[in-house]
Amino acid sequence: MMMNDMAQEAVAAGGGRKIGEVILDLQNISLRFGGVKALTDISFDVRKHEIRAIIGPNGAGKSSMLNVINGVYHPQEGRIVFHGEERKEMEPYMAASQGIARTFQNIALFKGMSVLDNIMTGRHMKMNAGLLSHMLYFGRAQKEEIEHRKKVEEVIDFLEIQSIRKTPVGRLPYGLQKRVELARALAADPDLLLLDEPMAGMNVEEKQDMCRFILDVNDQFGTTIVLIEHDMGVVMDISDRVVVLDYGKKIGDGTPDEVKSNPEVIAAYLGTSH
Amino acid sequence: MLYREAGQFKASYQEDAQIFPIRQDRVGFIALLAFFFVVVPMIANQYWLQAILTPVLIFSLAALGLNILTGYAGQLSLGSAAFMAVGAFATYNFMLRIDGIPFLVAVVLGGLCAAGVGILFGLPSLRIKGFYLAVATLAAQFFIVWVLVKFPWFSNYSSSGVITAQEINILGFAFNTPETKYLLTLLVVTVLALAAKNMVRSTTGRKWMAVRDMDVAAEVIGIRLMRTKLQAFAVSSFYCGVAGALYAYTYLGTVEPEGFNLDLSFKILFMIIIGGVGSILGSFLGAAFIVLLPVFLNIFLHSFVGAALPPGFGSNLELMIFGGLIIFFLIVEPHGMARLWQIGKEKLRLWPFPH
Amino acid sequence: MTFFLEVLIGGLLSGVLYALVALGFVLIFKASGVFNFAQGAMVFFAALTFVGFTEVLPGWTGLEPGSGGVFWLAFALALASMIVLGIATEKVVLRPLVNQPPITLFMATIGLTFFVEGLAQAIWGANARGLSLGISDEPVMWILDDFDIIISKFDLIAAGIALVLFVVLALLFQYTRVGRALRAVADDHQAALSVGIPLKHIWAIVWGVAGFVALIAGLIWGSRNGVQFALTFTALKALPVLILGGFTSVPGAIIGGLIIGASEKLAEIYIGPFVGGGIESWFPYVLAMFFLLVRPEGLFGEKHIDRV
Ligand SMILES: Nc1ncnc2c1ncn2[C@@H]1O[C@H](COP(=O)(O)OP(=O)(O)OP(=O)(O)O)[C@@H](O)[C@H]1O
Ligand SMILES: [Mg+2]
Repeated sequence: MMMNDMAQEAVAAGGGRKIGEVILDLQNISLRFGGVKALTDISFDVRKHEIRAIIGPNGAGKSSMLNVINGVYHPQEGRIVFHGEERKEMEPYMAASQGIARTFQNIALFKGMSVLDNIMTGRHMKMNAGLLSHMLYFGRAQKEEIEHRKKVEEVIDFLEIQSIRKTPVGRLPYGLQKRVELARALAADPDLLLLDEPMAGMNVEEKQDMCRFILDVNDQFGTTIVLIEHDMGVVMDISDRVVVLDYGKKIGDGTPDEVKSNPEVIAAYLGTSH
Repeated sequence: MLYREAGQFKASYQEDAQIFPIRQDRVGFIALLAFFFVVVPMIANQYWLQAILTPVLIFSLAALGLNILTGYAGQLSLGSAAFMAVGAFATYNFMLRIDGIPFLVAVVLGGLCAAGVGILFGLPSLRIKGFYLAVATLAAQFFIVWVLVKFPWFSNYSSSGVITAQEINILGFAFNTPETKYLLTLLVVTVLALAAKNMVRSTTGRKWMAVRDMDVAAEVIGIRLMRTKLQAFAVSSFYCGVAGALYAYTYLGTVEPEGFNLDLSFKILFMIIIGGVGSILGSFLGAAFIVLLPVFLNIFLHSFVGAALPPGFGSNLELMIFGGLIIFFLIVEPHGMARLWQIGKEKLRLWPFPH
Repeated sequence: MTFFLEVLIGGLLSGVLYALVALGFVLIFKASGVFNFAQGAMVFFAALTFVGFTEVLPGWTGLEPGSGGVFWLAFALALASMIVLGIATEKVVLRPLVNQPPITLFMATIGLTFFVEGLAQAIWGANARGLSLGISDEPVMWILDDFDIIISKFDLIAAGIALVLFVVLALLFQYTRVGRALRAVADDHQAALSVGIPLKHIWAIVWGVAGFVALIAGLIWGSRNGVQFALTFTALKALPVLILGGFTSVPGAIIGGLIIGASEKLAEIYIGPFVGGGIESWFPYVLAMFFLLVRPEGLFGEKHIDRV
């Protein structure tokens, strides 16, 4: 029932797998940590509604790339254009308010809070009641709390985590924690979702579930997704286009098939365990 | 009545988000309030009201303040006593300098002054964490006390900064007996404790906890670290400030800046460690424990060991017990007495079928 | 000008003492990642224990009060107590907390502070006492004659002792097996463990060494200002020293100590009179606070970006 509602909304928002114009354009990004060149002169773009994968060996700079996109790291050089606007002096909270959400390679849930509170926190940007109203827990504060709880329950249903709502996240097994993290990101209704190895460390069944969720999110809500993943099978299956990084440089970019047959990419992957 | 939640189904999110979702807890809480508001003033003697219950309440409020900052927002402070001092002295000056200002207004203004000072000394938290921040809060502790001693204006030019609280008069009613002072304190503390509970179960509290648990992730979901941390400093200092005002007005009557020393700050920190970091209830349990321990220790030493002890031994033993308990709780139950209480309740909920 | 120099030098010399306490913090932080708030209490404990033994030893052993025998015996016993205290702390307090967040360990050492202060006074009594090392606190004559500057002989010798201690420790870390192991541990606990360095031994040794440093600091300080509870407050000033110098740098501790010592004395003399004096009580902390705002990584630390 709720799923249907959401699906309808998604269609109304232009959902379905219709890949649209460029919404994120990264131009000549370079990032250094002291002497370490994490990213060197990287350019690529992300189109509306697509699933864009970033792959590459360990230490290639994939996570750094996501961190640049949502303002956690500040590249020394390059331009980032999001929704047609160039961004300067980006801070993570600004990225969030522009509709970028993400999950982390090493789970970054709020450990002392329940699943429900974690996901509710993901929605905080849509809540405007002030401190005094919260103190009284009356009027706007209460109304908002209930209204957004409904939204959060939709996300909970969508990701099938109803039974663990009130559990402190620290007590959950790894796979479920990853799912809760996705839920927290989804709760913000993002336009662009960055997923850093969402399936790492999962067994086959959990991976299948996660793949399904990612595809459903993309399909039903029309959310654009940038995904880092080591599992080649998964990447080839679900992504529309793939960027390949190696030692901080871009060595390939294109559809999964194009990338697969790119000699430089093959060379980079030979001898590595992926 | 059995402690059971069977048969209590939540039909709306509103019901699910109540402070006490279980009916027995709700009833228990109301009974507890009734007991402290009605029964205690009738049965307790002056000593208990004045020397035990009132300070326990005041320290609970200060502990609540520190708990908001440290327990919920994750910013360690060693300067709580200094913010109490700001509250006490500011309230005193509002009472002194504004004719006919209502007492509660002066207290709120005093709390707001503490909040302002708290924001100022919270600024380093934007760049530093953990024990670095703790050292920066020591600056607040020493600096504020020094200012209050060195600038006699704050104490209306009394010698060495001692202030004597004016009489409390609300709507023509004088609060000048232990009973009335106790009731006033209880009222203020109850209201602020409920407000604190409301804050921590709403977005405000969730943001604090998010910053505490994982600041990078918090920022990435759009929480502004600076605003959130400073807000925690402000609210926390407001609570400490009000506690300081009550400390001067309903508990001691006369206070001096040196009374709000580092030792007091540590005591408040101990209250939350022993009572429960990140727990409203814990603030009360911890305050009660730290106030009562020396009392019982004294009684115990006097009646069992008696005169054989060297002078000052009791207070040194106290130091050792406090220190030892802190270590004990951190090792054995880092969530303090509040967690023990919770575990007890969970057991009861399932009793007599433990699994 | 001479007056300025006198104040400056006096400040630097007292800074040496801050540095000495800070050194104990740094040693423990490097080896075990624990911010030992109790280092100041350990200094107090050491000084009080030493004085306590000098008081009771003549009665126990028949040695002449104030004699060299009493001094060295008391020193040995106090050192032994410090080592026992250090090892006990490591075993009872820190080992059970080993994987807890640093802030928990920090709070545990605050608990330890109270425990150690209480213990010291419960054993030896709480009254303030003098402590004499037999070095007189008088101006060094030739400096006074030649440069017209008053510098206390005591301060100079104290600084000399501290200097010897710094050098000896530096050499030990550089050239002994334990020292090398310790540096390895400081760089990376996991790696050190995996190449078979017995962490637990190292920690015990470090706590022992920190106890020794505390004893030296306690003796010098105690004989300067008497052995009394206020010593613990003075020792707290090692905290701002650490903020300036960084928690992991021995040279940082020394330089931070000198900066704090000199600046608080100068501030007291040159700013104090305008604001009512007594600013020494907070000046180091406020200085450290402003310093943190400008350079959160400390004088020698490297800028660090959290990894996610
Ligand atoms: N905060 C940081 N400080 C210093 N160096 C960093 C930081 N973050 C990343 N690096 C360095 O940048 C390089 C790229 O790291 P990054 O985490 O982006 O790689 P990755 O492709 O995500 O690898 P993995 O597959 O292991 O997750 C590495 O050499 C790493 O050590
Ligand atoms: Mg990565």
